[in-house]
Amino acid sequence: MKFGVVIFPGSNCEQDVIHATRSLGYDSEFIWHGDTDISGFDAIVLPGGFSYGDYIRCGAVARFSPVMAEVIRFAEKGGPVIGICNGFQILCEAHMLPGALLRNSGLKFLCETVPLRVEKSVCQWVDLPADTVVRIPINHNEGNYICDAETLARLEANGQIVLRYCEADGTRNPAGSAPNGALDDIAGICNERGNVFGLMPHPERVCDPDASGTDGRPFFTTIVEKLALVGGSR
Amino acid sequence: MARYEIFVTYKKGIFDPPGATAERALANLGYEEVGSVKIGKYVQLEVADGPNALTRVREMCDKLLANPVIEDYRIQSDEKDW
Repeated sequence: MKFGVVIFPGSNCEQDVIHATRSLGYDSEFIWHGDTDISGFDAIVLPGGFSYGDYIRCGAVARFSPVMAEVIRFAEKGGPVIGICNGFQILCEAHMLPGALLRNSGLKFLCETVPLRVEKSVCQWVDLPADTVVRIPINHNEGNYICDAETLARLEANGQIVLRYCEADGTRNPAGSAPNGALDDIAGICNERGNVFGLMPHPERVCDPDASGTDGRPFFTTIVEKLALVGGSR
Repeated sequence: MARYEIFVTYKKGIFDPPGATAERALANLGYEEVGSVKIGKYVQLEVADGPNALTRVREMCDKLLANPVIEDYRIQSDEKDW
């Protein structure tokens, strides 16, 4: 089982993902964004950061990095891909996930640990029971998820909404629980097949109990268990 | 060479936080006549002349300079508006 962690110019959370996955006992290596060979990897991580300085729009330039064509092919074959924070923005820009991430509604960069509610979804990366509340840090300026009403209805109907911002007790404030103003409190979504997952929070930062906590671990262990069931490398 | 100017703005219905902030600030300054403020992006391109120049500039907007999911754009070239 080997994770591939893509480094774009301006990525800055790739070391955290490597540390998290290796501390869980998995093999993981960097992939340079200019590479066009990702064979040998079983799961791809697009990490957080500020790829290409967030110029034009967050993720808009990274989407065209040479490696992305391979990542798209990998995902189309059913390969698991997770995009964290800037990685989520890149997945949306690449149309691998619907919608877009706008600037936070309060215009403030947000850096805090927040409660999130796991929703019942088809996401292959998460098998925590629905309504489980996890606490994971967010660290972003553009996490305000938006999509049109038709897309939102489809996401809901297909079980593609994976994580929602919530209150500490798991309930949602009718006025909105998303600190960034995200539509319907959405913090993470997946594609219809469930293999491509994008989320604004940083689960890799809560994998090492010496550093913070362990609420992020399931976001890496689940996919490994699923791949083990499917068997073999792609 | 022709100069193309591109104006990128949020689609109708997409909340524009910087625009909303400027709107409130202008109201606070007493400019009550301001109905709404939208803040967008401005891009200038110098492009070699060619038969498909405009089509290709549109393509550049759709692919990279604007995100059709949330943004509209308007292309203007040499006083002439498209």
